[in-house]
Amino acid sequence: MTPDPERHARPATRQAYLGIVVALSLSILAGLGLAVVYSRGGQAQLEGVLLAVSLLGIGVGLVIWAQRMLPDDEAEEARKPLGSAPEDVAAFTTELERGEEAIGSRRLIVGLITGGLGALGLALVFPIRSLGPRPGRGLFTTGMAPGRRLVTADEQPVRAEDIPVAGILTVWPEGHQDEADSSTLLIRVEDESLFTEPVKLDWTVGTVVAYSKLCTHAGCPVGLYQADEHLLLCPCHQSTFEVLAGARPVFGPATRALPQLPLGVDEEGFLVARGDFEGPVGAGFWDRSR
Amino acid sequence: MSDGDEAEEERPSRVARTGAFVDDRLGLARMARTTLRKVFPDHWSFLLGEVALYSFMVLLLTGTYLTFFFKPSQSETTYEGSYDALRGVEMTRAYRSAVELSFDVRAGLVMRQMHHWAALVFVAAMVVHLARVFFTGAFRRPRELNWIVGVTLLLLGIGNGFTGYSLLDDQLSGTGLRIAYSIVLSIPLIGTWITSLLFGGEFPGPDLIERFFVLHILLVPAMIVGLLVMHLAMVVHQKHTQFRGPGRREDNVVGERIWPTYAVKASGLFFLTTGVLAALGGLAQINPIWIYGPFEPSEVSAASQPDWYIGWLEGALRAMPAWEPRAFGFELPNPFFAGVLLPGLTFGLLYAWPFLEARFTKDRDEHHLLDRPRDRPVRTALGVATLAFYSVLFLAGGSDVLATEFGLSVNQLIWSVRLSVFVVPAAAGLVAHRLCRDLAARDAEPPDAPSEAAPPSGAPDPVAVADEEPEPDDEQPIAWPPPVAVSRTGLPPAHPLGS
Repeated sequence: MTPDPERHARPATRQAYLGIVVALSLSILAGLGLAVVYSRGGQAQLEGVLLAVSLLGIGVGLVIWAQRMLPDDEAEEARKPLGSAPEDVAAFTTELERGEEAIGSRRLIVGLITGGLGALGLALVFPIRSLGPRPGRGLFTTGMAPGRRLVTADEQPVRAEDIPVAGILTVWPEGHQDEADSSTLLIRVEDESLFTEPVKLDWTVGTVVAYSKLCTHAGCPVGLYQADEHLLLCPCHQSTFEVLAGARPVFGPATRALPQLPLGVDEEGFLVARGDFEGPVGAGFWDRSR
Repeated sequence: MSDGDEAEEERPSRVARTGAFVDDRLGLARMARTTLRKVFPDHWSFLLGEVALYSFMVLLLTGTYLTFFFKPSQSETTYEGSYDALRGVEMTRAYRSAVELSFDVRAGLVMRQMHHWAALVFVAAMVVHLARVFFTGAFRRPRELNWIVGVTLLLLGIGNGFTGYSLLDDQLSGTGLRIAYSIVLSIPLIGTWITSLLFGGEFPGPDLIERFFVLHILLVPAMIVGLLVMHLAMVVHQKHTQFRGPGRREDNVVGERIWPTYAVKASGLFFLTTGVLAALGGLAQINPIWIYGPFEPSEVSAASQPDWYIGWLEGALRAMPAWEPRAFGFELPNPFFAGVLLPGLTFGLLYAWPFLEARFTKDRDEHHLLDRPRDRPVRTALGVATLAFYSVLFLAGGSDVLATEFGLSVNQLIWSVRLSVFVVPAAAGLVAHRLCRDLAARDAEPPDAPSEAAPPSGAPDPVAVADEEPEPDDEQPIAWPPPVAVSRTGLPPAHPLGS
């Protein structure tokens, strides 16, 4: 490395000097202002602006200083080759191999250490199992069961006529409102004769049909209903389901219909489930059909 | 100073004394001097990585402040704070503490919004920095390892952004988590197990927020810090790349010494970055969780948009046709393609790129001089096509918003996306290739008229040099026919910088 030619601070121009002074003064004022604003109760926008001015002031001052006044000599540095000299590599390799021979000659010890570490590693994998339950049948079932009433978010049971014509209502099995996979859409259409295959007619109650609310694509709640076309829309990825035709997907990434729920009426006239959905609800998984 | 004022003029300076104290114990003087004298090439595009670094420092500072108030807990509670619209509403303690730290902790909202903005800028700066490294060929030997570290940093940055906004347990973050759950669930054989272990059970899972909190504030940041240190250490050790120019060769590095000018400039950039983030945090509302409300699994609002760096995934999920291969009672769920395969391929190709390019170009030499994008038409075209591909997907991620804004049907929009995702990258790549060729050809022509970019001879005017962009006009080379020998045919081209 050769020494640099004499470094010189550049003569300050008036503008540069003035700019630095103004920027840093503003920064000081803003910092003090920030303390005042904070101690008087704070105000988010003012805090942000004052913090910004105090930081930007320092930043602008430093940059002007560096760009206009500090030495700007161009320096050159040699790039030494990155790879080591061959004799260094050779010496290193020899050293490594010598140690390796010493270690490697005790086959049994090395083997046992490998075995011990392997067994330890295997044993340490098992605590991961504590992080969650075996997936099991949980993905295949919901809180729906024969005779279980369907209730709204306010835990009110529902009669078929409570649902407005051409309207929808989100319900849960009674006592299972906190189960995300049990949310269900009740849809009341204008006329029973509108239902076509593959709607299971004996699973409907009059003009009311029930489908899982979870999109079969990524599990979002299918919350938008276009009543005039009888289409359910998923707001996440725009999968669209045709209510009159068994909620079969007609647009978007979803490939499967929303599972239908067997609906019934109990002795008091409230809507109940007559069993679980016709298949697993929500997003797919590899052994869903098993 | 109590110890011997009379010897003032003979004593070394305070700096020297402190230095001597440290050096007596550690013997670092030689190394420290080398560091001060280190030469760093000057170009505006080399600052992009620095912006990412400074955003990350802001993330650490604001994030630490937030942890003093945020309670990562899914236990239910009722809001009693100062925001009227939510008073009496049942919610988790996580959501409640996030609302409280926004309204009832002084300066809390500014810190929270700065943190969120810093995350967006962090990932954005990394992406632009990656593009700079790609288009200038800075990833070539000997910097492949640092490219791998950098891509990992991007991956971790995106992941930590997602776990970050998922912690607040508002309606939007819950929707994002639900989709993430479904994506992981779609992985063949192990998807059901992974979701169960990650979420502690079926969605939403009882321990999710506590677990994501540990990932978000400890595990991933620690990995980022470690990799950042490696990233910078490798830059220091290998020395920065430089653009071609008079006196710049493969075996030297020409630029500014770290001390003092570069150090002052870099500190200035830190304060500028932080200041801009503070202004955004104070003035530009982001993620107003009190409007979204607490997470209700059965609800979702239309126009749910993730943070920008997830937009391409969201778009891919939306644009994916309804395919779901089934055989022997098993299936490959649809979200697998957009949610697992696409990001897997994206990052797989990113990791492999330096090695793929070396294989195709058979160029395995060391490179310290950067390419201009025009000098490598094929690489530039591929890069532009890739950016176009992800831009189309990004737009598709807002398909419902775009449809409402422009009065289109979502269906038409999605079909045009499915087409554009192939057509637009191809077209963009061809145009980029053509442009590179034209620019390179223009560079090769001898200029027939005095170019307006011809620099004044002699020392540059200090006022002009002090402009924000360090534009070393008089140092720009003439034409650079790609890797072969440089021919100096005349004045610099009208547009000296291809990048």
